[in-house]
Amino acid sequence: MLTRPFWGYTSPWQEMNRLQREINRLFSDLSQGMVSTAPAYPAVNVWTNQEGVVVTAELPGINPDDLNISVLGNVLTLSGKREPEAIQEGGKVHRRERGYGQFTRSIQLPFDVDANKVEATYKNGVLTVTLPRLEEEKPKKIAVKAA
Amino acid sequence: MAMNAEMQAQQATKQEATESGVEQTRDRRVFVPRVDIYESGDDLIVVADMPGVDENNVDITLEQDRLTIVGRVDPVAPNGYTLAYAEYAEGDYRRTFTLSNEIDRDHIEATMSNGVLRLRLPKAAPAKARKIAVKAA
Repeated sequence: MLTRPFWGYTSPWQEMNRLQREINRLFSDLSQGMVSTAPAYPAVNVWTNQEGVVVTAELPGINPDDLNISVLGNVLTLSGKREPEAIQEGGKVHRRERGYGQFTRSIQLPFDVDANKVEATYKNGVLTVTLPRLEEEKPKKIAVKAA
Repeated sequence: MAMNAEMQAQQATKQEATESGVEQTRDRRVFVPRVDIYESGDDLIVVADMPGVDENNVDITLEQDRLTIVGRVDPVAPNGYTLAYAEYAEGDYRRTFTLSNEIDRDHIEATMSNGVLRLRLPKAAPAKARKIAVKAA
């Protein structure tokens, strides 16, 4: 886009204006998500109802002991690590697509949860965290009295 | 959001299977599992990430040199909750590989743990040259 010949323009000012437009366009593309960023890991699904939240995440091949789950107010933090496949000396790697390393992710929940009642299960590589809503945070029904 | 560079580089969103030439009989999305393949001694090791698949829901078939792995997912839907926000979709997994080495297909071992399938495919001993005796007619 910037390789158009300079001599196609009658004045340097026109060229400057063109450059300005190109730059503006580039930045508007940026804001529209043209440039992709690495997605957050792990990807999560969030399920809700009146009683609380359930957060699920696909985290295959993790030792449950290496998973750290903490809650502070309405923020759930998941962190852990996955070890790379141990390949013995002289082994030949044909393909390596599975990610490994450390991760930390904080998720803001729609309300404060009772940190003492949080439960987490890890089954078949899927983490499920159940976070009950704080009792005093729950919506209260207000009865309307007849005047 | 702190993340290891390697994890960042390698973890994209799940890749959906596009064309397999096989019609689906289940109304379910199909994803391509991420795999590591390496040789270890006389074995070929295939490691595949299939979160949500347990050992009873995985099928491995070897036909000629084509190795196909299929994992069926039982969707996780917490009872009484509605999905408020989704970053990943659930679906089955399917992937086919063409193996270049002759594999001893009677001794293939597969294990499944924490959503990771691990296949050990021992290479068959190289075919021995056979000497054919010529009989006098």
